[in-house]
Amino acid sequence: MLDLEEIESRAREDIAGAADLESLDRVRVRLLGKKGELTGLLKTLGQLPAEERPAAGQRINAAKRVVADAINRRREDLQAVALENELASESLDVTLAGRGQSQGGRHPVIRVLERIETIFRNAGFEVREGPEIEDDFHNFTALNIPENHPARAMHDTFYFPGGHLLRTHTSPVQIRAMKKDGVPIRMISPGRVYRCDSDQTHTPMFHQVEGLVIDRDVSFANLKAVLHEFVEQFFEQRATLRFRPSYFPFTEPSAEVDVLSDQGQWLEILGCGMVHPNVLRNVGVDPERYTGYAFGMGVERLAMLRYGVRDLRTFFDNDLAFLEQFGGR
Amino acid sequence: MKISEKWLRRWVDPDVPTEALVERLTLAGLEVDSAEPVGAALDGVIVGEVLEVSRHPDADRLTVCRVAAGGEERQVVCGAPNVRSGMRSALAVPGTVLPNGVKLRKAKLRGVASEGMLCSVAELGLGEEADGIMELPGDATPGTSLAELLDLPDTVIDIDLTPNRGDCFSVLGVAREVATFTGAPLADSSREPVADATDDVYPIEVSAPDRCPRFIGRVVKGIDAHARTPLWMQERLRRCGLRSIHPVVDVTNYVLLEYGQPLHGYDLSLLSGALQVRNGRSGESFELLDGRIAQVDDEVLVIADDSGPIGLAGIMGGASTAVTDNTADVLLEGAFFTPAAIAGRARRFGLHTDASMRFERGVDPEGQRRAIEYATRLLTTIAGGSPGPLTERVEESDLPQRTPVNLRRSRLARVLGVSVPDEDVKGILERLGMTVAVADDGWRVTPPSFRFDLAIEEDLIEEIARVYGYDEIPEIRARGAVALPAVTETRVDRERVRSLMVDRGYHEAITYSFVDPGRQRDVLGQEGEIALSNPISHELSVMRASLLPGLLEALARNLSRQRERVRLFEIGVCFAGPESRVEEILRLSAVAAGPVLPEQWAEAVRSADFFDIKSDLQAALALGGNAGDIHVQPGSHPAMHPGQCGQVMRGDKTLGHLGRVHPVLAGKLDVPDTVVLFEVDFEGAFAGKVPASSPISRFPSVRRDIAVLVAQEVPVGTMTQALASLPGEMVKAVRVFDVYRGKGIEAGLKSVALGLILQESSRTLTDDETDAVVRSAVQILKSRFGARLRD
Repeated sequence: MLDLEEIESRAREDIAGAADLESLDRVRVRLLGKKGELTGLLKTLGQLPAEERPAAGQRINAAKRVVADAINRRREDLQAVALENELASESLDVTLAGRGQSQGGRHPVIRVLERIETIFRNAGFEVREGPEIEDDFHNFTALNIPENHPARAMHDTFYFPGGHLLRTHTSPVQIRAMKKDGVPIRMISPGRVYRCDSDQTHTPMFHQVEGLVIDRDVSFANLKAVLHEFVEQFFEQRATLRFRPSYFPFTEPSAEVDVLSDQGQWLEILGCGMVHPNVLRNVGVDPERYTGYAFGMGVERLAMLRYGVRDLRTFFDNDLAFLEQFGGR
Repeated sequence: MKISEKWLRRWVDPDVPTEALVERLTLAGLEVDSAEPVGAALDGVIVGEVLEVSRHPDADRLTVCRVAAGGEERQVVCGAPNVRSGMRSALAVPGTVLPNGVKLRKAKLRGVASEGMLCSVAELGLGEEADGIMELPGDATPGTSLAELLDLPDTVIDIDLTPNRGDCFSVLGVAREVATFTGAPLADSSREPVADATDDVYPIEVSAPDRCPRFIGRVVKGIDAHARTPLWMQERLRRCGLRSIHPVVDVTNYVLLEYGQPLHGYDLSLLSGALQVRNGRSGESFELLDGRIAQVDDEVLVIADDSGPIGLAGIMGGASTAVTDNTADVLLEGAFFTPAAIAGRARRFGLHTDASMRFERGVDPEGQRRAIEYATRLLTTIAGGSPGPLTERVEESDLPQRTPVNLRRSRLARVLGVSVPDEDVKGILERLGMTVAVADDGWRVTPPSFRFDLAIEEDLIEEIARVYGYDEIPEIRARGAVALPAVTETRVDRERVRSLMVDRGYHEAITYSFVDPGRQRDVLGQEGEIALSNPISHELSVMRASLLPGLLEALARNLSRQRERVRLFEIGVCFAGPESRVEEILRLSAVAAGPVLPEQWAEAVRSADFFDIKSDLQAALALGGNAGDIHVQPGSHPAMHPGQCGQVMRGDKTLGHLGRVHPVLAGKLDVPDTVVLFEVDFEGAFAGKVPASSPISRFPSVRRDIAVLVAQEVPVGTMTQALASLPGEMVKAVRVFDVYRGKGIEAGLKSVALGLILQESSRTLTDDETDAVVRSAVQILKSRFGARLRD
C-alpha cells in the first residue's frame, strides 16, 4: 500500500502545478480516468486476501475523494483567473464620448414663451392665436384707439398699401376671441408683433403675451394677485412688485408693473389694467354685467431678465454660439 | 418733457428731496425717465470780466487775458475764438473740479502762466454749446458765484407723459399733480391783466369757430429790437430743452412751458388785411418757419391774411410773418384750438411740435387770457413796447363742456376690489380740482376745465385708484368656475415637434417675418410678394412666403463665422397674397449643412445628404401616428436640386418639399451645394389621428426575400406601395434592404432587394400560400414596373 501514499502526494504536487484547465484535466485523467492510477489500484483489490479488502477499498476510495476535491478546487481557481483575464481584455476607455447625434436647442424666446404658456394654461387660461396681418379695426379702433388718437403715435405701425397693417400688439386676438366666443373668457394670446422701430433697444419684430379675463366681478385686486403669482412662478422666487399708474387706451385704470431686482432697482416688466368699457361694448359685452382685466408682457424682455441676455438684437441673429447657450431643451 | 426742478419748486415746494419728488411723480403716473443734475459742481466758478485780451507770444490760437473777478485780477490763457475785452464770462479758479472731473491747477500754457480758465457752456455741464466761452450779461457782477447767478444747482426732470395727460404738459400741470400727491400748497396761477397803453387792435376773423372756439389777439408796439432775453429765462428754456432765439419767441416758449398754452407772435408790419382763422383750401401752400412748404386742404385749420395762409393753426407758424431782429410791432396770438382740429394734422406734415403735442391732447380752454397777459408782461419787461387791449373772439357753445359724471360707490368697489372710504373719495376728487356733489349711491363729479380725460365713471375710478394708491389695493385670488380647456388629440403640439427637432440636433431659429424681395425670389422663383408701405429697410420689406430665405441666410451667416456644421429649424407663419385676402400659413422648415454627426472618434465624417434630412422629416411626420398616409414622390422646387427634390404628399394634397439645395442658389448664397433642407405646412403635416386598436395575430410571420432588376428611374417607393396593397392582406410589411447599380448590373437598370413579411391573422401560412403571394408580387413588379427577377 506504499503505492497509495506515493500516488496521493504526487497527485497533490501535480494538481498544484497544473497551470491551466487543460493540464489539470490531464492530471485528472491520469489519476481518476478509466485507466487512471487510483482506478487501477481498485482493480488490484481482488489480489488481496478477503479480510483485508474492505479496509483497503475504503482507503483507496478516501484517496480518490481527496484527489477529486483537490482537482475541483484547483479548477475553480483556474476558471476565476481565466474569467478575470477575459474581462480585463474587454475593458474600454469610458471617458470617450458616446456615439451619435448632438442635441440642438429651443430658441430662448420660445423657451420663455412656452414657459409663460405653461404657467397660464395650468391656471385655466386658454391659448388663442390670431392673424399677424390685421386691419385697423381690430388693432386700433376696437381697442378704443380711434383714428388720430395720440396713442397711435405710441405704436410705430407697419402698413400695407391696401390699408392693412402688421399688428402692433396681440390685443386684436382678444377682440376676435370675444367676438367669436363671447364672455366669460380666460385667455392668453402669445405671438409675434411688429413696430416700425430699429435701434439698440428695439427690433422691428418682437414677441408678446397678452392675457384677458372677463367675468362677473373681476377686479383690480384679482389682477394684482394673478400678476404677482405669475412673476413669482416665472422667476421661481419671491418677488416684490410695484403697480404704477399708467395709460393704455384699452384699459382703465391702467398700470405698469415693476419688479424689484436683486440689485434694488425697479425693472418694468408688464403693462395691465381693467378692460375699458368701450372695448367691451365694441365686442357686444355689457360692461355693467361684466368686468375684466388685461395684461401684456414683452417676451424678449422677460428672456433677457431670466437668462441675463444683454443685447436684444442677438435674439434674431440666430448665431449658433448664442443659441447653443440655450441647448438641451 | 423736460422741466427744471427749481422752476417746479417755484410753484409747489414739498419738503422732500429730489429723489423722493421724482419717485412721487412716477407713482402718480408721470413716469420720470431721468433726473439729471445740472451745475452741481460749480463751486469754484465765478463771474469774470475780461479787461484786456492780448496775443499769446508763442501760440497763434491762444490769447492771454486779464480778468477781473471781484476785487482781484487774474491772468488767464484762453483758446476761445469769442473772447473779447469787456465781456463777462464764467471763470473757473484753480482748485475747481469741473463736471467732467478735471481738476484745475495753476499752470503754464506754452510758457505763460494761467490762473484759471474761462469756460464754455459744455465745459460747465450746462448744455451742448462748446464752440466758445459762455457769454454772461453785462450787468453780472464780477466775482459773483455762477451758481447763484444761474439759480443752480438744479435738476432736469424728464417726464414720459402718457397721451391722456395733456394737462400735465407744463410746469403748472406737473405742479398741480405734486400738490395733489404731497399736500404742499400750489402757488396762485392767475395773472393780473396788463394795463392798455394804446388803443391799437388788429382785426381778427374766426370763420371756423367749431375748430377754434376762442382766439385772443393783442398788439404790442414799439419793442426794442436790440433787447436780449435775460439770462434767467434763457437758462430755464435751456434746461427744458429749448434754445433762446428772439425775445418774442422766447417769451411765448416760456409761457408755453410754464402754463402749457402755446402762443404765437407775428411781425405786425408783415401782416396784410385781417387775420383769419379758417379751414385751408385745396391748392393753397406756404412756407413754414422751418423752411418747408406746407400744402393744405380743408382738413387743416390755418391762420391766414390777405396773402393766404401764414400758419398751420396750433402746429407751426409761417415764414412770411415771423418776427425778426428788425421787428418793432408784434401781434400776440393765444388761441384754443380743439383737439379734434389738431389731432393727426402735424403728423401729416411730418411735424411734431411743442404746440401740436399740447393742442392735440387738449390745453385748458380757460387759459388763453391768463397766458397772453403773462406773456405781455414778460415781453414789455424785457423789450419794452406798448400793449393794446385784448381782442377776443369766442364761441362759448363750441368750447369743451365739463358735464358732471356719476361715480357709484358700488361700481368703484367692484372694479377695484376694495372699498375706499367715502371721505377719501371726496377728498381725492376735490384735491384734483373737481367739483363734487354727494348723491345717494355715490357722487356727482364735475372735472376742471383743464382735464380732457375725465368723461366716464371709469376715468374717475382710475383717478381714485391713482391717488389712493395702487399699493393700497389688496391682492385677492379670483374665485369662480374654470371650464376645462379643449385638448385636441388629433393635433401634434408645436412643443412636441420642437422637442423632436431639438433631439435630432437642430437649433431653433427665429428669423424676421419680412425679408429681402430679391432673396425671396431667388429661393422661391416667384414674384407677387406682399410688400410693406413703410419698411425699415429694403432687406426687410416684403412678407416672407417661406421660412427658407430667412433660414438659409442664418445658415450662411453661421457658416461665415467658421461653423462647419449648422442645423437650424423654425416654426413660423408665412404669408401668401394678395393683401386683400392674405393667407397666413404656419410652416416647419429645416436646413442642414456639414457633417450629419458632430465630429467624433467612433464614426467616420459624412456630410448630411438627402436621406439624412428625409429621416429627420419622417421622424417628425411620424409624430401624428399616421405616417403611413404620407408619401414622398419626385417633385420640384426652385430652391432645390431638380434630381434631389421630393414632394411630400398626404393623399393627393401637397404638404411641402425636401431636397438638396439647388447649386445655382447655393452659389448665390455662398453656401456649399451639399446643404439639405425641407419645408412643410404645419397643420397638414401634423394632423394626427386618434389610435384605433385592432387584435394582433398570434400566428407566426414568414419572410420571403426577392431581388429584381428594374429601370433606374422607377421609384422604389411606388414599388413597395404596390406590394403593400396586394390582395388578401397577407403582406404586413415590405422592406427594402438593398438598392444597387453598377458593376454586374446592366446599364440603366438597378437591382432592388425586397423582403416581404407575410402573416395571417387566423392561422399559420402554408408554403403553398406563401409561394402564391411571392408569385403575385413578382407578377405585379413585372407588369407595372417592367421588373424581372434577378438570377
